[in-house]
Amino acid sequence: MSTASELPEDFLSSGTTAPLLSVKDLSVTFPTDDGDVRAVRNVSFDLNPGDVLGIVGESGSGKSVSSMAIMGLLPKNAIVEGSIRYRGEELNGRTYKQMQPFRSKHISMIFQDPMTSLNPVYTVGWQLAETYRAHHDVSKKAAWAKAVEALELVGIPQPDRRAAQYPHEFSGGMRQRVVIAMAIINDPSVIIADEPTTALDVTVQAQILDTMLRLQAETDAAIVMITHDLGVVAGMVNRVQVMYGGTVVESGPVDDVFEQPRMPYTVGLLGSVPNPASLGKRLTPIKGAPPSLVNLPSGCSFSPRCPLVAEVCHEWEPELEEAGPNHTTRCHRWEHLATVDQPQRLFLHDEIGTVENPAVFAAARPDESLEVTAAHGSLVTDEEAK
Amino acid sequence: MTAPLLEVIDLVKEFPVRGKGIIPRNVGTVQAVSGVSFTLHPGETLGLVGESGCGKSTTGRAILQLHKPTSGSVRFEGRELTTMSTKQLRPLRKDIQIVFQDPYASLNPKWQVNDIIAEPLQIHGAEGPRGAVQRRVDELLELVGLNPEHRNRYPHEFSGGQRQRIGIARALALNPRFMVLDEPVSALDVSVQAGVVNLLEELQERLGLAYLFVAHDLSVVRHISDRVAVMYLGKIIEMGERETIYNRPMHPYTQALLSAVPMPDPKQERKRQRIVLTGDVPSPVNPPSGCRFRTRCWKAQDICAVEEPRLERRGGPDGTLSACHFAEERQVV
Repeated sequence: MSTASELPEDFLSSGTTAPLLSVKDLSVTFPTDDGDVRAVRNVSFDLNPGDVLGIVGESGSGKSVSSMAIMGLLPKNAIVEGSIRYRGEELNGRTYKQMQPFRSKHISMIFQDPMTSLNPVYTVGWQLAETYRAHHDVSKKAAWAKAVEALELVGIPQPDRRAAQYPHEFSGGMRQRVVIAMAIINDPSVIIADEPTTALDVTVQAQILDTMLRLQAETDAAIVMITHDLGVVAGMVNRVQVMYGGTVVESGPVDDVFEQPRMPYTVGLLGSVPNPASLGKRLTPIKGAPPSLVNLPSGCSFSPRCPLVAEVCHEWEPELEEAGPNHTTRCHRWEHLATVDQPQRLFLHDEIGTVENPAVFAAARPDESLEVTAAHGSLVTDEEAK
Repeated sequence: MTAPLLEVIDLVKEFPVRGKGIIPRNVGTVQAVSGVSFTLHPGETLGLVGESGCGKSTTGRAILQLHKPTSGSVRFEGRELTTMSTKQLRPLRKDIQIVFQDPYASLNPKWQVNDIIAEPLQIHGAEGPRGAVQRRVDELLELVGLNPEHRNRYPHEFSGGQRQRIGIARALALNPRFMVLDEPVSALDVSVQAGVVNLLEELQERLGLAYLFVAHDLSVVRHISDRVAVMYLGKIIEMGERETIYNRPMHPYTQALLSAVPMPDPKQERKRQRIVLTGDVPSPVNPPSGCRFRTRCWKAQDICAVEEPRLERRGGPDGTLSACHFAEERQVV
């Protein structure tokens, strides 16, 4: 366990028992001509040393925006509300400059696309050394040596020769290793990885995840793993948070969430991934499309697509409720869901004939994103309503 | 056994690499596809998997003659496609269609959905009374789960999954018998992806289509395919029935690939042993001699550098076809 006293900086209060990173009621809104885009709403989580937290969600669920808010990397027009505390120190409201001492030194980030997150006109070693020199008053030579060391740590062969090369001379997987090296060179306590393996092939993804877990064990840093891949989450994290429509809809230990999901969206998401057990059967996708963040449906944001939807779901959005030890869900009907055997069957329907309206229509009238023609199959909703 | 719908024999596609300068000279060749052979029967799905750059998409396009193959033969119902002119190919295009990967790039943004789907009908001179084309478009929209009332909307008004459905409707317009699906779901979110996969399966059952399903996502391929072919650097290195490939893979690359796929099940994930390959895929401009996988293979011996292993049945009559000197069954999933 690392403690606050290990930190050389005096701006951090020592002896605090606060969690490493504590996010409370984080909301991010972007005002646009079409109305406010409510990208993140009321997201809270705590992170302790050595934790690996997974944040899963589809595109537009607010997972990347919340991580950018923590890093203070959002554009100026973003309205960030709530509190982000790092070892008790408030980060929200700091200017770009005031955030600088925290970035990389305490909280660092691994971006999705290694093609664009490295500067093509500087050598890899130069970029790594620059990151190191931003927080350490050392000679260029010493920083270069540190860069080579970091490259070796992430498993790049011949690190001294490779450090003098430019990003285009590296393959995708190697480039992502460089980005990871950059994230760990200042020995941060929190690493936020935003879809670190999405752009990579599976065999390379396995290498990168392996490297990240090894580094995590060696440095005892906490990792926030943002991904849309449920498989990556299953193999890597101990806690998972499922995001939908800008907010956390379920959160808990990874085994509980995968085995006893208490939110219909999680059930649908799990049923959408083909696995050996689903062979020869139809997958159970979620009907419709994710909500528009400008015009959210009334009540629960998942209600227009939910097979268990009831009156109350359209009326107000539920709070996160305790559904087990450390397991919370944002659903009015989780208790009912818990009694359903094979909950994935709730999502079964005929693929041919169910008619979907265009996305724009769904965005304009969020509560009616689906329309079912009478002539062809019906949603399981009807059956369930009885 | 019925006659195969599609026969691909020793298909080769090479792209010249041009040097710099005023008069560009060929300085090398990208060996994208180097001798791929397989057959496909009516109503069957063959999954073609591999990592980026292994030549799987090029194979799909070379079959359609969108890339003219360098050598080899592609026979559709016994007719040789590679020697046909564009004009001779045209009537055959009704039977062979393709769905592209990126639903954002494959639909013309200036056209209404109606025109997009009607275009193949018009090109191939749809017969019948006026209004027949319109009725067919509506029928197709409904078939892929879109509301026919929205035929006058533009592609940007639809979400990714819906656009992919429009692409599928366009491909289905002429009642094809064979479709190349080039990564049809990889650009989509998981929950939407499953809907498109289900749709493709239902369409196959209803219309008796044969699919060549090109994808890098092994779980999706396992779900949809009858047979699976694994490609590495332009060659099929293992091919067989779906269950045999996934349960008893023989080739070390297939084993590594399968073991690397993350499974959405925490318990299994922790139990699993992962084969982590070292290094990267070599350049297709200058592939390794002998077996192309040998540079990353933990079983590689001297013979692998000298002699290229043939794709043949190894390890019993119910095994897979595999191209490895040291093929051996191993359970990885």
